[in-house]
Amino acid sequence: MSAVVETKVSVAELEAIARRVRASIVKMVAAAQSGHPGGSLSAVELGVSLYWNHLRCDPAQPDWPDRDRFLLSKGHATPFYYSLLAERGYFSHDMLPTFRSLGSPLQGHASMGAAPGIEMSGGSLGQGLSFAIGTAFAAKMDGRNSRSWVLIGDGELNEGQVWEAAMAVPHFGLGDRIFVMVDRNGIQNDGFADDIMKTHPRQMWEGFGWKVLEIDGHDMAAVDQALEEMQRPDERPRCVVANTVKGRGVSFMENNPGFHGKAPTPAQLEQALAEIEAGL
Amino acid sequence: MTSTIPAAATREAYPFGLIQLVEEGVDVVAIDADLSVSTMGYQFGEKYPDRWHTVGVAEQNMVGIAAGLAASGKVAFIASFAAFLPGRCYDQLRTSVAQPRGGMNVKCVASHGGVTVGEDGMSAQAIEDLALATSLIPFDVIVPADFEETKQAVVAVGKTTRPAYVRTGRPKIAGLYDSSYRFEIGKSSQLQAGTDVTLIACGVMVDVSLKAAALLANEGVSARVVNMATIKPIDRAAVLAAARETGAIVTAEEHQTHGGLGTAVARVLAEELPTPIAFVGVDRYGTSGKWDELLGYFHLTPERVAQAAREAIARKR
Ligand SMILES: Cc1ncc(C[n+]2csc(CCOP(=O)(O)OP(=O)(O)O)c2C)c(N)n1
Repeated sequence: MSAVVETKVSVAELEAIARRVRASIVKMVAAAQSGHPGGSLSAVELGVSLYWNHLRCDPAQPDWPDRDRFLLSKGHATPFYYSLLAERGYFSHDMLPTFRSLGSPLQGHASMGAAPGIEMSGGSLGQGLSFAIGTAFAAKMDGRNSRSWVLIGDGELNEGQVWEAAMAVPHFGLGDRIFVMVDRNGIQNDGFADDIMKTHPRQMWEGFGWKVLEIDGHDMAAVDQALEEMQRPDERPRCVVANTVKGRGVSFMENNPGFHGKAPTPAQLEQALAEIEAGL
Repeated sequence: MTSTIPAAATREAYPFGLIQLVEEGVDVVAIDADLSVSTMGYQFGEKYPDRWHTVGVAEQNMVGIAAGLAASGKVAFIASFAAFLPGRCYDQLRTSVAQPRGGMNVKCVASHGGVTVGEDGMSAQAIEDLALATSLIPFDVIVPADFEETKQAVVAVGKTTRPAYVRTGRPKIAGLYDSSYRFEIGKSSQLQAGTDVTLIACGVMVDVSLKAAALLANEGVSARVVNMATIKPIDRAAVLAAARETGAIVTAEEHQTHGGLGTAVARVLAEELPTPIAFVGVDRYGTSGKWDELLGYFHLTPERVAQAAREAIARKR
């Protein structure tokens, strides 16, 4: 099946894609004058490496039953998600400017089935890993070896449901079917995570029986290698804790809680695009 | 009621109500779950840091903490989006707040109620919260219509010992009341006299209903407009007076027509004085869009309310 990635895309090429995805993220949010740029920009390397080099997928057949699923549990990061899907060829870039507008398939929070490639409805945090367990049970029953990749925010780790699911994955022996990526950008809605609710992602996941791969989430080579490594069979399920910068790539958004859910002005957009192009 | 009252979001009143309570000596503790910049709870936290906690994105934990505070004699306020409070923590509200001792002293102030949340889309648009909140037996349930009323509602619930649910909204909406207004739990307020039909509304739909009454006036139809801010306990006397004196009722709410204002009003009529009634609400899940566009999209408009009035009037015997 051609949908299984065989030839890997080079790190340099992934980085070029990441720049395009970042530009698309800030443009979408600027066009909508609403949306979540910060936690979109922090996840770009994870998303690009995943969609181009690891996710078993075929944009031409988004419903291919053996596909891997990418589950955006931090469901507000739709500028990231939709930009990735467009760049990967699930739908046209022309759709992106409709983001968050009345009746658009590109809803503020993703709506399952509204556009090709959207695997799960999002918006209420903490639910993606549970969803992954359901898909893994079904895949097992149906004899398919598809997997789920779940992207979770570090603020989202506050939700108790995450830990109910984290406990269940090793219990049910689903570690080779479910891969978790934590976007540890250190900022949540109200401010810095260390002030709002400090978490210790490595110890927490390890405590629940997971193997943790901690990486610099903006080092594309490191991300690509970690996503490769987590697919190797192991007794424990695997979780990548990616240390990232919220707003990465745009100086005035970087590490700035103010840009969790705020759009840039036209002048700020121009600056953002120039900085992304220059690969800050 | 003057038009000089500035537009404001009802959520903006929340911290003002809390501050007033503390100034009046009420032992308030308020909690947020990583949405304090939206619920506006952070402004209370800035003023009274010892009386405010933020617990991260953990609504279930927030409810349990509030129950513990209430059990220790505090007046506990908790805030999040109406989609998550009560949605994400309904069981905790039921077993830790509603059931013990006939109801713990916990007040939910849920912002971003209804579809006027806007661009965040369906997951964030609470149109079930009133049904859930009214199902919790000891809860008072209030949907204020403007800034002043919200501030007074927060103060009022802070002075009871019952649990309460107060819904606030995201967008800046018209002001209806100045500080001479006196809100009371369970008492509606008549904003316009009328004899042919009564428009009973809450929240943003009060202003929409005033505009509907103006449309109806152009056709010679005299519509009474009642702001029924308290859904539970409902102001039975005002509902029955409306039925007796105008003979037709329309309810208008930014919520599904099941389990909210319309249901509460219809029950009073069914029990005591069956009267033609038409319901305006939102009976489907939403979409992204600007808040005022969405009011149009869901037919939460003066035109629709006026049409419902015509339908109810046509059914008078
Ligand atoms: C159950 C629930 N509660 C609250 C929210 C509102 N909310 C949206 S994003 C967010 C912060 C999330 O922080 P994090 O997971 O770190 O996301 P990131 O920084 O990666 O964007 C909150 C509280 C929500 N979407 N769902």
